[in-house]
Amino acid sequence: MRNAFFNAVFALAREDERIVLMTGDLGFRIVEGFMAERPKQFLNAGIAEQNMMSMAAGMALEGKIVFAYSIANFPTLRCLEQVRNDVCYHGARVAIFCSGGGFTYGAMGVTHHVTEDLAVTRAMPGLTVIAPGDPIEAGCVPAAIVAHDGPFYVRLGKAGEPNIHAGPIEFRRGRAITVREGDDVSLIATGSMLLVATRAADRLKADGINARVLSMHTVKPLDLDAVEAAAAETSVILTLEEHSVIGGLGAAVAEYLSERPGAGPRFKRFGVPSAFASEIGSQEHLLAHFGLTEAAVAETAKQMLAS
Amino acid sequence: MHNQTRPIHPLPTQERQSSVDLALHIRRTTVEMTSRANASHIASCFSVIDILAVLYSQVLVFDPKQPRWRDRDRFILSKGHACAALYAVLAEYGFFPKEWLATYYLDGSHLAGHATHKGVPGIEVSTGALGHGLPLATGMALAGKRDERTHRVFCILSDGECDEGSNWEAALFAPHHRLDNLTVIIDYNKIQSLGWVKDVINLDPLADKWRAFGWAAREVDGHDHAALEALLTGVPFEAGRPSCIVAHTTKGKGVSFMENNLQYHYTPPRGDELARALAELGVK
Repeated sequence: MRNAFFNAVFALAREDERIVLMTGDLGFRIVEGFMAERPKQFLNAGIAEQNMMSMAAGMALEGKIVFAYSIANFPTLRCLEQVRNDVCYHGARVAIFCSGGGFTYGAMGVTHHVTEDLAVTRAMPGLTVIAPGDPIEAGCVPAAIVAHDGPFYVRLGKAGEPNIHAGPIEFRRGRAITVREGDDVSLIATGSMLLVATRAADRLKADGINARVLSMHTVKPLDLDAVEAAAAETSVILTLEEHSVIGGLGAAVAEYLSERPGAGPRFKRFGVPSAFASEIGSQEHLLAHFGLTEAAVAETAKQMLAS
Repeated sequence: MHNQTRPIHPLPTQERQSSVDLALHIRRTTVEMTSRANASHIASCFSVIDILAVLYSQVLVFDPKQPRWRDRDRFILSKGHACAALYAVLAEYGFFPKEWLATYYLDGSHLAGHATHKGVPGIEVSTGALGHGLPLATGMALAGKRDERTHRVFCILSDGECDEGSNWEAALFAPHHRLDNLTVIIDYNKIQSLGWVKDVINLDPLADKWRAFGWAAREVDGHDHAALEALLTGVPFEAGRPSCIVAHTTKGKGVSFMENNLQYHYTPPRGDELARALAELGVK
């Protein structure tokens, strides 16, 4: 996902001199070519995320479209007040993007996990929050950013995730993508959990259960039409995210469903409890530790359908 | 319509006020604004008013009729709690109606108690959370350099604000990138929220710290208009380096009983005190 996103930024920047790629001293073996090719459109801000985020806002207010890159917590939690005051309040065209969403850097330890970013960024007025589900989606996000006048937060995983979409997609900010059609259960996933959702849907299919899979790449603004359709047309909704169950996609869907008139579907959030990982391990290990697996999702869907 | 020719001053000569007259007028206006609203930070305003008066009357290039004019000098009051003084200056130059000043800090006003850009022409960015202004200014200065533009960026910090680490991130960055279109002015009134700066977190030697980071730094009496004007019209002090002016000031300057009195960081003069303050400022 990371490489697809970067490559799309590079391509756009070659056509649009407003675009500046800013990094917090990260991007080894990714950014060097662009740095040499377009020095006026590249900036290494150093390991100083507060200054980086305010500078990004300052440059954006002078007409730039700034893509500001770092890992996980650093461009979000570390400098959240700069994101709020300088980027969001001024409506600055800054797209904060990070690799290392969730447990991507699993064995690096808790300091390098981020499971609260969607919650805090979703609470920021005017900030679009996106977690693409595969490299094809990730490659579409930069163009959507340039097309929209406002700030963004984009959560990426790492390099090397598989493509989930079979071919080109129509990617629109705030519009979910239906990856699998189905009328029994809805699996609404964001970011890396889209893969788990499709695999869970395959398992359910083998049991004769038709699961709708939605890639909810835009967590804010949430595609309420897609959630409403899922609520009206399927009797069970599960949300899947590599993020705390507090404040992220599951919370956003729950907020909508709880205020929706009439009887609603049965609903459950798959995510990380409000707890730090108590084990050392890879992304796969930690996802399994927290029960974020295709088997657990499929089994839960079956039980909820039967209950 | 402005062309590419950069005017040497925003206003025709006959409209220029002396900075001393302007400063006195702004002190009167500001104390009335804060006392009417029972708002904080009058002493913070009084320490910086002479700097603001010299900047706006003698240094900054701007056009009140086109607040976002691309060639304007950018000015950021990072110590956004002193915004009442800045609002008074902006109103004096016609950025917005003077009537707005009477509503400062009151329900439904355009003018909040920290510098707020929304709906207020002339306020470049919203400040008040300390440690944001200089990094914002640094980004603006970098963009200006890269676009080969000639406008300048000025930013005023408070001394207590220098406790914020984000300033020192920007202080490292700006000289490395040779941002000589950037000037930071520190309103060094020696008092912060809970006491003397030297007792909270000592900053001295302050100018030497900026020099060590690569800035061309000067010190000045922040109430000496001629000295301020000489320095501020002389930036950059060195080609290729950002400029730093440590302005030694007195908190509450201009009203005897407010000077160096921490109480007036929090409360404005009221009742008889207000009358005494205005009398000291020459209001009959």
